[in-house]
Amino acid sequence: MKKLLLVLASTTAAIGFATGASAQEKAKICFVYVGAKTDGGWTQAHDIGRQELEKALGDKIETQYLESVPEGPDAERAIERLARSGCGLIFTTSFGFMDATIKIAQKFPDVKFEHATGYKTAPNVATYNSRFYEGRYIQGQIAAKMSQKGVAGYIASFPIPEVVMGINSFVIGARSVNPDFKIKVVWANTWFDPGKEADAAKALVDQGVDILTQHTDTTAPMQVAAERGIKAFGQASDMIKAGPETQLTAIVDTWGAYYIKRTQAFLDGKWETTSSWDGLKDGILTMAPYTNMPDDVKKLAEETEAKIKSGELKPFTGPLKKQDGSEWLAAGASSDDGTLLGMNFYVEGVDDQLPK
Amino acid sequence: MGIVEAILLSVITAATPLVLAAIGELVTERSGVLNLGVEGMMIMGAVSAFAITQITGSPYIGMFAGVACGALFSQLFAFLTLTLVANQVATGLALTLLGIGVSGMMGESFLGMQGVKLQPIAIPLLADIPYVGPLLFRQDIIFYLSVAIVAGVHWFLFRSRAGLKLRAVGDSHASAHALGVSVIRTRYLAVMFGGACAGLAGAQLSLVYTPQWVENMSAGRGWIALALVVFSSWRPWRLVAGGYLFGAVSISQLHAQAFGLGIPSQLLSSLPYVATIVVLILISHNRRMTLINTPASLGKPFVPDR
Amino acid sequence: MRIELEKRAKVSTLFSILSPFIAFLLTIVFGGIMFALLGKNPVMALYSFFVEPLSEVWSLHELAIKAAPLILIAVGLSVCFRSNNWNIGAEGQFIMGAIAGSILPVVFYDWQSPLVLPLMMLMGMLGGALFAAIPAFLKAHMNTNEILTSLMLVYVAQLFLDWLVRGPWRNPGGMNFPETRTFAVDAILPEMIASGRTHWGFAFAIIAAVLVWFMMRYTLKGFEISVLGQSERAGRFAGFSSRRMIWFSMLLSGAFAGLAGISEVSGAIQQLRPVISPGYGFTAIIVAFLGRLNPLGIVAAGLVLALTYLGGEAAQLSIGVSEKVTRVFQGLLLFFVLSCDTLIHYRIKLIFDRLTATTSEGSR
Repeated sequence: MKKLLLVLASTTAAIGFATGASAQEKAKICFVYVGAKTDGGWTQAHDIGRQELEKALGDKIETQYLESVPEGPDAERAIERLARSGCGLIFTTSFGFMDATIKIAQKFPDVKFEHATGYKTAPNVATYNSRFYEGRYIQGQIAAKMSQKGVAGYIASFPIPEVVMGINSFVIGARSVNPDFKIKVVWANTWFDPGKEADAAKALVDQGVDILTQHTDTTAPMQVAAERGIKAFGQASDMIKAGPETQLTAIVDTWGAYYIKRTQAFLDGKWETTSSWDGLKDGILTMAPYTNMPDDVKKLAEETEAKIKSGELKPFTGPLKKQDGSEWLAAGASSDDGTLLGMNFYVEGVDDQLPK
Repeated sequence: MGIVEAILLSVITAATPLVLAAIGELVTERSGVLNLGVEGMMIMGAVSAFAITQITGSPYIGMFAGVACGALFSQLFAFLTLTLVANQVATGLALTLLGIGVSGMMGESFLGMQGVKLQPIAIPLLADIPYVGPLLFRQDIIFYLSVAIVAGVHWFLFRSRAGLKLRAVGDSHASAHALGVSVIRTRYLAVMFGGACAGLAGAQLSLVYTPQWVENMSAGRGWIALALVVFSSWRPWRLVAGGYLFGAVSISQLHAQAFGLGIPSQLLSSLPYVATIVVLILISHNRRMTLINTPASLGKPFVPDR
Repeated sequence: MRIELEKRAKVSTLFSILSPFIAFLLTIVFGGIMFALLGKNPVMALYSFFVEPLSEVWSLHELAIKAAPLILIAVGLSVCFRSNNWNIGAEGQFIMGAIAGSILPVVFYDWQSPLVLPLMMLMGMLGGALFAAIPAFLKAHMNTNEILTSLMLVYVAQLFLDWLVRGPWRNPGGMNFPETRTFAVDAILPEMIASGRTHWGFAFAIIAAVLVWFMMRYTLKGFEISVLGQSERAGRFAGFSSRRMIWFSMLLSGAFAGLAGISEVSGAIQQLRPVISPGYGFTAIIVAFLGRLNPLGIVAAGLVLALTYLGGEAAQLSIGVSEKVTRVFQGLLLFFVLSCDTLIHYRIKLIFDRLTATTSEGSR
């Protein structure tokens, strides 16, 4: 038996060597996904980024990925497997992979790691994130212009800073147009359950909101909005197909730009650890075409987008009050990134309470 | 439309797949077979209903495809557990695993496609009754089918000869066999009925509830259906009550959130499960009644002596 | 053509050993065909699944880590299932064990002492057992079906953990992300051997398996479990109480699941987070039956199932199949193993109408 194993091992070593040799000149760039790469939401956006990366630098690199990797020890194993298989640069694309990434990075100092949406870095671990909230600010303004009742519904997933930040930015944007604007929040407690997301959307519409926005991954809320004849915003990808007469715009995650930039730096030997938080101006998120709205609203949205890109407008700029009415930012003052990244309070105008 | 009606409409949509999958499993279990693969059969129904709808353009053909696929898929379980007497619990769980995998593979080319919704059919006259009409008589065909199936199953189990035989098989397969009932054949058919119903429930998901296909879209509803069968003590109308109770609490908690009551959403989200447990405790104190309705041969393999 | 079974007079020892290998062969043949149909190299695929994960030391450690919770939970469940108590909620008991065991390192994080770890393990077992006590009490005294209660309580446990890590137990230094503080060194289950990550949770699993095996085989309790499992009436005649058995089996399996939970958290994750198990409590049900409800069989079954998870990942990389294909392959393997076990108790006969009896394996 032992002999047999040895023989097997040596033949496969030969196979491995053969494939290894043909790919020797190409650097291996690897990805760890938390969902299926075809999930239509978060993971798919990353996988599209990976494909763009292959298209752009395909002559110098090859990519590999592991999908549907559960967070925890499975993630550690998956990342280690990739590190051992010769990946030079590994992107771990879920917040829950943070500690696993750091642990494996310590074991493999020569491999570079990039962790999405986390806050821990190391000499060979960089973090990256996207200023989704910039898009939410624009959506808030559009909502305030379009809504007749002055109330929007917000289908949220889990109370993490990312989501709270989005809610706040949406409200601040809306209130810059209509100071009395309100939102209702429903926590679906899931990223991904079309039925439950649809139920949440129906509940919100039944309670009188006439604009829907979502921070969950499927197009179910968009379908409900279309059915009920109200307007809605898409999430993570352009959902116009689910609501040709419903979608106002969508925040589209376009990670490809970042992946290409970082891989190029890696190939040039210029990769350094960073905590990068790119926004609209860097192309890490883009706004889907502004549709189903009058020209003046569209013009306002485009202007705001341009102002955010030029840095003239920062969504989290005072005067702003917290939900309880206490002062947060004085007139003209802008929030620092640290507060945003750990955000766990609402601004004035949100009709919901956060878990303590 | 008032808010109460609106809530009730959402409840009906949410409860229908649970009731459908559960009523099928109820018949399966009444014949003495415990099939834990409901989730797997459901997701197979969902993907094939969606796929065939896309190919043919008709959600009705799609619906039949969902039913057929669920029934067919259940026969894999039937062959293993009935012909080869493999362990029912483990085989059912493996069926779920397989269903999620196969449906994911089958559905890959249909991801992101626009769904076609099964449109409501208004029943003349009845649909115009105030309040009740829009709720019960302006529904899609799968809702009507779910009512018909529950009524049919009730009649079948307690009023028909064949149903009596099926219950006999589930209560004591040895005696039923001695009386000349074909235990294995009955169980094959019961499993197939369970699969067909789960397939129809899946079709409801991808054609009515949320007309789209995404992997894993059944999101654990097959498990809830299994629990409902137990909740009902294997009685059809009680199963409907359980399904609608679960649906009602699920929808109400979302409304409670939208009202902004300030209760932790996790507590609200756990209410449907807690409510089901509490109600079951209240209705199951009568040990004799529960025992009478529990299929005594549930989960036990049968091999005829020759 | 039809298939008929004929009960063996005696359980076939030959086939109880041989059947997993037959199943394995069938899996290789059919799995190979499946991979070939998908346009993948079947040899590479099967190599990735079954050999690659075993060919490196680090990977063996990962195998042990993955198998440990499955084995530990399944061993407890085997006692339940043997005595006809259908505990479907091990997942919830796993979570509650993890929570109870984490009270010390999360709430009393200042207290550091060699006592912390043993206390955590004890509290983990207690937490799991107490959570299993709910369905046990409801079944034993309120006549409420345990399949429903134990399953529904899983969701409650998941949501409770979610609330804890987002609310009261959230790491104050963690940028408001949903996780507790990382455990201090005293609260981390150490690695067993220096060569890799395997922690003592694996040892717990093996010890539990041996203990339960001994109990089932050599003690009166074991006899009581099997008698009550086969027939409650017969058990009553023997003077055994089915009510006490409900308590015993549920608490035992709950404690094991809870120990698995706290071992996983303390040994592998080292903090609490919203999701700490990819469904171990449910997968363990399959493991329990794959191991034929025999604790030693369960050890083997747990390792094999863990192997297919690792192999699935290896195959994703080496031949580029999707994670779904590996799921299907896993299902295939399970089906073959389950159906080949039939050979232990039965002879299988293929009957062609009129031309009777060609036996698939020699009729002796």
